[in-house]
Amino acid sequence: MSNLSVKHLIAIKDLQPEDVQLILNTADNFKDILNRPIKRVPTLRDITIANIFFENSTRTRISFELAEKRLSADIVNFSSSGSSVKKGETLVDTVNNILAMKVDMVVMRHQSPGAPVLLSKHIDATIINAGDGTHEHPTQALLDAYSMMDKLGEKSGKRLTDLKGVKVAIIGDILHSRVAGSNIHCLKMLGADVTLCGPPTLIPKHIESMGVRVSYNLKETLEWCDVANVLRIQLERQDIKFFPSLREYSLYYGINRELLDSIKKEIIIMHPGPINRGVEITSDVADSKQSIILQQVENGVAIRMAVLYLLAGRLD
Amino acid sequence: MCYLYVLMQSRIILDSQKFRLTLERLCHQLIENHGDFSNTCIIGLQPRGVFLARRIQKILEELIPGLKIEFGLLDSTFHRDDFRRRDTQILAEETDIEFVVDGKEVVLIDDVFYTGRSIRSALDALLDFGRPAKIELLVLIDRRLSRHVPITPDYVGKTVDAVTSEKVRVEWSENGSDDKVWIVPSKE
Repeated sequence: MSNLSVKHLIAIKDLQPEDVQLILNTADNFKDILNRPIKRVPTLRDITIANIFFENSTRTRISFELAEKRLSADIVNFSSSGSSVKKGETLVDTVNNILAMKVDMVVMRHQSPGAPVLLSKHIDATIINAGDGTHEHPTQALLDAYSMMDKLGEKSGKRLTDLKGVKVAIIGDILHSRVAGSNIHCLKMLGADVTLCGPPTLIPKHIESMGVRVSYNLKETLEWCDVANVLRIQLERQDIKFFPSLREYSLYYGINRELLDSIKKEIIIMHPGPINRGVEITSDVADSKQSIILQQVENGVAIRMAVLYLLAGRLD
Repeated sequence: MCYLYVLMQSRIILDSQKFRLTLERLCHQLIENHGDFSNTCIIGLQPRGVFLARRIQKILEELIPGLKIEFGLLDSTFHRDDFRRRDTQILAEETDIEFVVDGKEVVLIDDVFYTGRSIRSALDALLDFGRPAKIELLVLIDRRLSRHVPITPDYVGKTVDAVTSEKVRVEWSENGSDDKVWIVPSKE
């Protein structure tokens, strides 16, 4: 028996290592349920959850929605396009109006870093951050860590409970990536060694203070790592040019078959999606045996069920 | 006053010898109803029913040489009705049912039968795996007079009348002590 130490899931850095462990262990039970003929349990049948998305999303949104449905929660979906946000309603007002309809939990994605923290100070419901600007995307980090443990465990034939000594490279647009931020916190908590790799303009200054190494050489990084988590170039967040052209980026930091064949070991390739095929990763790599991109999506539902279950247990 | 004092003491209600006899009787009753177990499986309820279920499986295999019974574990945490009513959350244990329960006769096994609520949730959890021909319930200890739901076990090791301020504690030799069942005063 155990509880999470937090009431909301806003950032991985708010969690204790025991919380991360608890979520990952609970996800095992839900993964098992997702493989049954009836993939549904009645646990959250008295709970209403609002999915509030101010920014586009495919995977995260469907994944949360499925996780909620598999736990039998009632759900309402909201997206900012076609809503009164366009008429000038504030975030807190919008959410308070939704909560007035008796909603217990809010899953929110927002383009501004810190939006979920602001919200948690003004409303009673439990907040789950589904990505806030360039800040954090906690459930993605948890499902990434879970997928790594799952795959590495499968390779070595024994179930892993942490990532001690595992070498993880995070490659690409670190500066604009909330996935990178959450991943670094989560991986460090689980004991992994982390190296960031990308063009100098896309790596934040002083990032080494988070306990990671930085490299600007893709081939060297790939030779070092066991797992490469490749990130998307977030053109929508780049208001100035950070590199000359996508073609040049792809030439120096894109992962292709030839490059992977030139290194001696078989590393695991991950990507949080959506993929820009031919930019940060080529199609033959993304669709290869080494890539666990679709397993990440599959594990995402189990991780989100675990987070919802554990946070719902903390509701008054 | 003296009677009450006796009630508040810890007492053994099954010692290791009686414990073994009780388990053997339960196994014979199962054989009487299920014969060669060709269409029967036994499922232990997590967490504590699993010890009893494994023991029953072992004794049955001793009694009928060459017998192979389908054996599963069931956790009903996510089907319980007391979620959010407890101070701490219950963590789920492993569920492992590697066979089809459709059309089978299922014997659910738990150690102590008290309010009946966990069996209620276990029935729900089990039905997610298919439609068994029949479901039976075997318990080591039946605390009668304390039922919250209309469920009755089919096989009972021992019936006890313990008051609500007492707890029934089952000790297993697998955990380092002798097989024993105690009635102990609850800490609350």
